[in-house]
Amino acid sequence: MTRLPRWADVVLVPLISLLLAGIISALVILAIGQSPREALSTMVTGSVGSAYAWGYTLYYATSFMFTGLAVTVAFHGSLFNIGGEGQAQLGGLGVALVCLALPWPHWTLALPVAMVAGALFGAAWAALPAYLQARRGSHIVITTIMFNYIGAALIIYLLVNVLRPAGQMDPATARFPAGAALPTLHDLPILNLIFDKKIPANVTLFVALFACWLVWLLLWRTRLGYEIRAFGKSEPAALYAGISPFKVTMLAMLVSGALAGLMSINNVMGESGRLLQNSSEGAGFIGIAVALMGRNHPIGVFLAAILFGMLYQGGAEIGLWTSIPIELRTVVQGLVILFTGALDHMVRMMLGVFFRPRRTEVA
Amino acid sequence: MTGGNASGRQETAAPFAIELRGISKAFGPVQANKDISIQVAKGSIHGIIGENGAGKSTLMSILYGFYKADAGEVLINGQPTAIPDSQAAIRAGIGMVFQHFKLVQNFSVLENVILGAEDGALLRPSLAKARKVLAELAEEYELEVEPDAVIEELSVGHQQRVEILKALYRHADILILDEPTGVLTPAEADHLFRILRNLKEQGKTVILITHKLREIMEITDTVSVMRRGEMTATVRTAGTSPEELAELMVGRKVLLHVPKEEAKPGRTVLEVKDLRVRDDDGVERLKGIDLTIRAGEILGIAGVAGNGQTELLEVLGGIADGTGSIVLNGESLDLTGKFSDGQSRRRQGISHVPEDRQHLGMIMDFTAWENTAFGYHHDPAYQKNRWLMDNDAILEDTKGKMERFDVRPPIPTLQAKSFSGGNQQKIILAREIERNPDLLLVGQPTRGVDIGAIEFIHKRIVELRDAGKAVLLVSVELDEIMSLSDRIAVMFDGRIMGERDPRTTNERELGLLMAGVSGEAAA
Amino acid sequence: MDYATLLQILDSTIRLAVPLLLACLAGLYSERSGIFDIGLEGKMLMAAMCTGAVAALSGSVWVGLLAGIAGSVIFAAIHGIASITFRGNQLISGVALNFVASGITVLIAQSLFRQGGRTPPLSGDARFNPITLPFAESLSGVPVIGPLYSEVISGHGALVYIAFLAVPVTWWVLYRTRFGLRLRAVGENPASVDTAGISVIRLRYAAVIITGILCGLAGAYMAAGLQAGFGKEMTAGRGYIALAALIFAKWRPWYALMATLLFGFFQALALRPDVIKNTMGFDVPVPALDALPYILTVIVLAGFVGRAIPPRAGGEPYVKER
Repeated sequence: MTRLPRWADVVLVPLISLLLAGIISALVILAIGQSPREALSTMVTGSVGSAYAWGYTLYYATSFMFTGLAVTVAFHGSLFNIGGEGQAQLGGLGVALVCLALPWPHWTLALPVAMVAGALFGAAWAALPAYLQARRGSHIVITTIMFNYIGAALIIYLLVNVLRPAGQMDPATARFPAGAALPTLHDLPILNLIFDKKIPANVTLFVALFACWLVWLLLWRTRLGYEIRAFGKSEPAALYAGISPFKVTMLAMLVSGALAGLMSINNVMGESGRLLQNSSEGAGFIGIAVALMGRNHPIGVFLAAILFGMLYQGGAEIGLWTSIPIELRTVVQGLVILFTGALDHMVRMMLGVFFRPRRTEVA
Repeated sequence: MTGGNASGRQETAAPFAIELRGISKAFGPVQANKDISIQVAKGSIHGIIGENGAGKSTLMSILYGFYKADAGEVLINGQPTAIPDSQAAIRAGIGMVFQHFKLVQNFSVLENVILGAEDGALLRPSLAKARKVLAELAEEYELEVEPDAVIEELSVGHQQRVEILKALYRHADILILDEPTGVLTPAEADHLFRILRNLKEQGKTVILITHKLREIMEITDTVSVMRRGEMTATVRTAGTSPEELAELMVGRKVLLHVPKEEAKPGRTVLEVKDLRVRDDDGVERLKGIDLTIRAGEILGIAGVAGNGQTELLEVLGGIADGTGSIVLNGESLDLTGKFSDGQSRRRQGISHVPEDRQHLGMIMDFTAWENTAFGYHHDPAYQKNRWLMDNDAILEDTKGKMERFDVRPPIPTLQAKSFSGGNQQKIILAREIERNPDLLLVGQPTRGVDIGAIEFIHKRIVELRDAGKAVLLVSVELDEIMSLSDRIAVMFDGRIMGERDPRTTNERELGLLMAGVSGEAAA
Repeated sequence: MDYATLLQILDSTIRLAVPLLLACLAGLYSERSGIFDIGLEGKMLMAAMCTGAVAALSGSVWVGLLAGIAGSVIFAAIHGIASITFRGNQLISGVALNFVASGITVLIAQSLFRQGGRTPPLSGDARFNPITLPFAESLSGVPVIGPLYSEVISGHGALVYIAFLAVPVTWWVLYRTRFGLRLRAVGENPASVDTAGISVIRLRYAAVIITGILCGLAGAYMAAGLQAGFGKEMTAGRGYIALAALIFAKWRPWYALMATLLFGFFQALALRPDVIKNTMGFDVPVPALDALPYILTVIVLAGFVGRAIPPRAGGEPYVKER
């Protein structure tokens, strides 16, 4: 196969993948008798056409940054963490417990504690699959899938039987105290000049941006990151270099789980103000798409998260204003994962035609 | 040339069993085979010899339909034959025994033999027939193997017999064996040669691919030499000598002797006692090793691959756990637990150039500078502060190392996989030798390395010895062991069979030890 | 618990186990050939939608079944193209196709029927009608065995019997036929198959297509047997439970039957929390029963109940060695 120049691999491959996913989605829309053009314009207007729209797009993007980073960290250690969904929901449990535990006077006090709790709970939910992978060789993909379901069952049980306040019908915790509510971008000075309506995007966005930077530092500037990447490329070589597979597997997965768990300060603390069933709403899975699209680099993850934020918000708008069901965004999401993660060789082959190197003849 | 008169070929009574005419094959910019022509007479054993990477395996893969040649044609029994896939090769009567066996590990021998050669949609008749045929073949060719045994429980030698049986079951008349003795004990190799002679007597044609001169001289009738994708000569074995073949192989007189001063052994650096290692399946691979190495000497470990040398390097390098005792500079090393790892060993003064460069020694996707820190990424000189590594410092260090070890191209930001085998090895050597270790472990230092780099690498190892360091050298190349070592220990079946002085011993004596014949009997 | 309740639970065990069993056997073919498939869920969903839609339009469950199989096979083929032809990551491909299926089924159902992403309720010939086995009526009077035969074993739709028949057939194909030998070989060591002159690619495609057909049956049963019509996300993780069962069964057909019956039993119990309370004397939360198959699978994966060793070449695209 032709080897592509680096810039083409990093920039063109994801873009072409996205384009292919877009084309197929357009064909699907055509096939169900709707107009792709209308869908696209609704999506763009609804997601980036106004500050209000951006307020939603950025809210979703914040969640996806966390889950995308979670998948990225594990991926560098050659661990495919599909458990972001469960880890995010458990993280939500941690956040909820913290928020409900004290009558928090101010969000600046509540946020750090909630972050620690969310990260710890998320990491804890990744710990057992990580341990089983490291010590018993149980395939982490399967165990994390199982843990998603176990986690969902656990949350349902807790919400229905334990955490639900008396007299409340729906399975959810009580509302968090006002002092545990995070300010939205609308509540912040200067930013409220731009975001002049109530929007869900909140200060967690800045935490997410900070997390992108931290993950970059972790992977490319620290010894642990070096060990994770080395282990991910070759386990026997890592052993030779004295890198403990157990330690790296555990740490990579714990960091991954913690990042997924951290997501819940955005949705649970920043938006809904209580813990609901299925709080992560698939963001854990979208993290896979975001990481693949972002080529497992924090900058890529940042950009891809914004893109998927647009898709998610735009998709909701499509569901609202056109007769195309909201599920279109699930299709697009699946197609993006398919093209960037599974058909990437095909995309490279297609691109390879334009980058055919000159054959050097050996005399 | 066999026959010596290509134009008169039609006049000979029997056509050649197999004839290649002008075969060429390129992989991208690499010309693996260039205009290769060979003629092999029916009922003969023909050797193809060449260094690693000379294009032998590519040629055979073309013959077996794995690759399509860019140019040239193949004639079987005088008939031009197209071999687009393995099925066609099998139909043409070609059977292949690959270097890495193509057996299904959890299948029985019978199941492996019939796979792809079943007689119908149902298995039962095929299995019954195969059982009968196998019994006949066993008798005819000394190819005994239990038909119901599961492959993973068989020895390597027996697994190889299954591969040969597979070919014969498919009525192969031409049998190609790719480096068949690499994994065999000398006794197993002898048995294999007996089988090959039997096959020849029954009129089968055998092509033996190897890089071992001794085997060529012992068993072949004619031999072709390959070098860098080209066929440099085809000669009758009886009319040539190992020296001539070696010269044809590498293109010039081979330097079989490394110029070096007499060793001046000093204090004892390494003392190993009753060292034992079990593999993941619980099989004991090292069965009580005792050895010592002193400062300023090279101990060479000779032996057929797979007799515990890998495990010895691994346990000394902290990759594998073991029992017994390893004492380095008077201090006992942990053989299990937290401090039995590569990091601890490096701290204690052991550097390790592993046998498998591409899977152990470096990360092929990492850059050269990242690989320079590999295993030493905790080195304080590589840290900016408590949390962060100093990538610029590593880069600078790499530049110096590349220059001193003549790595080409000297670009630290290039990925390891972009370098040639020899240059990859130099990157590793630079990393390990410049740590100035008390003990250097070196496994197969020149495997897959071009001639120019071999001399350089040998020189660096001897220099380290002369600087008063201890070196443990493991190599399956007897020549390398003989020319580099100050003492030679021979390993067989997880034990050390004996020690010899390279100045007084010879290949025959070492060969007997490698075959497991003990010192007393060999003397 | 009285006998009648037990029979009821066993009856629903069978009905709930059938989609798991079909999907589990489906996964068995694919994974035995070395292609991991976590997209069983998506294929089932696709088949359920196609069956629900076409059965509703045509009025015939059999036409619907064919449509279901076709829908599932298309997804199987895409998985094949991604993982066999283009040597992509099989796990990612499976995940991706699950998403596509989850979305596109609703899109299609909505555009066809405009009933909120559902297909119209099926009845009569558009569903799998119960088959009364011979002597079911006459034997029902016989104590113990009679009711068991007439109420639990008899009276299911055709796919139920096909599913149970598929177990011995799969065993026979796997261990007694040339195709089975090659299938097992290609999942263990594709190079052995390749050097024997058999196409690895063709074998694996065959396996993946069989997976598609069986998932098609599973999905069709969901829409036209277990329930009457397709609804959004109606498979509700059954594809993953089937995957869990496959691991639990260590990739062997008879064990697959036992594993899926066990998991089906848990699902049946989860529908009747009152029964547990009455027999066991304490409350078992429904979520705990829901999670049980997954917990059991994790325990098996952890190797505490014998080691589950997947086919050796599983997940690895085959590249010819030089």
